[in-house]
Amino acid sequence: MRILSGAANPADLSMIEARNLSMVYPDGTEALRDLNLVIQRGASCSIIGPSGCGKTTLLFILAGLLKPTKGQVLLGAREIVSPARGVALILQDYGLFPWKTVYENVALGLKLQGMRKRERRAIVMSLLKELGLKEFVNHYPKQLSGGMQQRVGFARALALKPAILLMDEPLSSLDALTRETLQNFLLSLWKNNGMTMVLVTHSIEEAVFLGREIIVLSHRPGHVVKIVENFNAGDENYRSKEAFFAKCREVRRSIEHGAT
Amino acid sequence: MPRGKEEHRTWSYIIAGLLLLIVWHLASLILDSPALPAPLTVFYALIDRMRTDLYLHLLISALRVIYGIALAGSLAVPLGLLSYNNRFDRIIAPIVYLLYPIPHIVLLPLIILLFGISDLSKIILIAIIVFFQILVTTRDEARNLSSNYIFSILSLGATPIDIYRHVILPACLPAILTAMRISVGTAIAVLFFVESFATQRGLGYLIMYSWSMMDYPALYASIVAMALLGFSLYLILECVERKLCAWVYLQ
Repeated sequence: MRILSGAANPADLSMIEARNLSMVYPDGTEALRDLNLVIQRGASCSIIGPSGCGKTTLLFILAGLLKPTKGQVLLGAREIVSPARGVALILQDYGLFPWKTVYENVALGLKLQGMRKRERRAIVMSLLKELGLKEFVNHYPKQLSGGMQQRVGFARALALKPAILLMDEPLSSLDALTRETLQNFLLSLWKNNGMTMVLVTHSIEEAVFLGREIIVLSHRPGHVVKIVENFNAGDENYRSKEAFFAKCREVRRSIEHGAT
Repeated sequence: MPRGKEEHRTWSYIIAGLLLLIVWHLASLILDSPALPAPLTVFYALIDRMRTDLYLHLLISALRVIYGIALAGSLAVPLGLLSYNNRFDRIIAPIVYLLYPIPHIVLLPLIILLFGISDLSKIILIAIIVFFQILVTTRDEARNLSSNYIFSILSLGATPIDIYRHVILPACLPAILTAMRISVGTAIAVLFFVESFATQRGLGYLIMYSWSMMDYPALYASIVAMALLGFSLYLILECVERKLCAWVYLQ
């Protein structure tokens, strides 16, 4: 599936770098401590770790939605202080607006950018068509299944033609079959569009299936324990191969090692 | 919304209305007093008075209530929505919570001193009382908004104005309209109070006047007119809510 034909990729979206990130919330919770991370352009990268290790915090900081207590995030050469164009975020519970229809949800980002109605319509309609949502244009999110809602969430992020896609457990509340379908979808999206994907997940299988790099975080306060290389990722059949299970075991050991 | 359900609702309204009329009729037969005329007598009086001056009193009362609620809403809704902002809320919340429990109806003398016995003072008193009901509801709703929605729209590149327009206002709208609907009852009660003296127009005046004249059919006609006023405002606001917040009523 090729959705992002001619995506605008400004040069400064080439690389995300987190330098010495520390995050302490006002209530005293220390979520991250001295975290360093480099994600190259076009990488597919899974972030995994024990629950409550600050994965979501890290992603929100990368997205420019939270300001770290210490350290900085660089996008290319520039420091991120607010959400940047070309970086899209997909949230766990889809983050769709229940008061907007499917069409309005997907068109919102373009509308906020000031794109004209007719151009907006063309982009949104072709995207919805490709994602199999054409008949649901005027439905409200509540009227769709979880899997469909998440497709709308993807459509909304992709409408902006992002070069970097940040995802916070996007598939965790879906049933197994829908989850696999959407994992395949994400894989083809990554393979065909050359975008950078960063996926926060608590599922080892998902991390191994989708991430060429698997960044293992420690217990809170989170920092990088290990980066597991996973060059076999990128193939839909990987799921049933012995190498896949071996990699899953390796990642599991790293998580357990980091947790102790 | 399934059609059958809607029809069912209409029928239950009709049946409830008929039941009320029957009870009223029986009560008037049992009491057999000029102080409680039969519904049909009141109905004729209502038609009769409508032809002369009742419609004018009804119109004036309706405008006072509508202006009052509109004035209250136009101030309370923006203030409530702005309370989403922590800094704003820290300033406004203590003031609201100190002023809210005071019975505002006692401000009547002050308002009359300031604004005279004009329509304005009546509208202002209605507005003050309804203002707090709408403000408190709107504020609570804005404060309880899930931060996921905010993160979501921020990541789409929203400005603060976009956030209010696309997230905070639509998220709070059902609660705002419900608060306004509930405030109709309060507004009508206050209306009766402010119209019961120092004015010669409005249903409240007509009720007090008919009462003192012992013109019971006219008294009941005005009471029914006031009830109909409240009922229709309530229905109108419910229709607006169903129209603007269709997403709430989905199955």
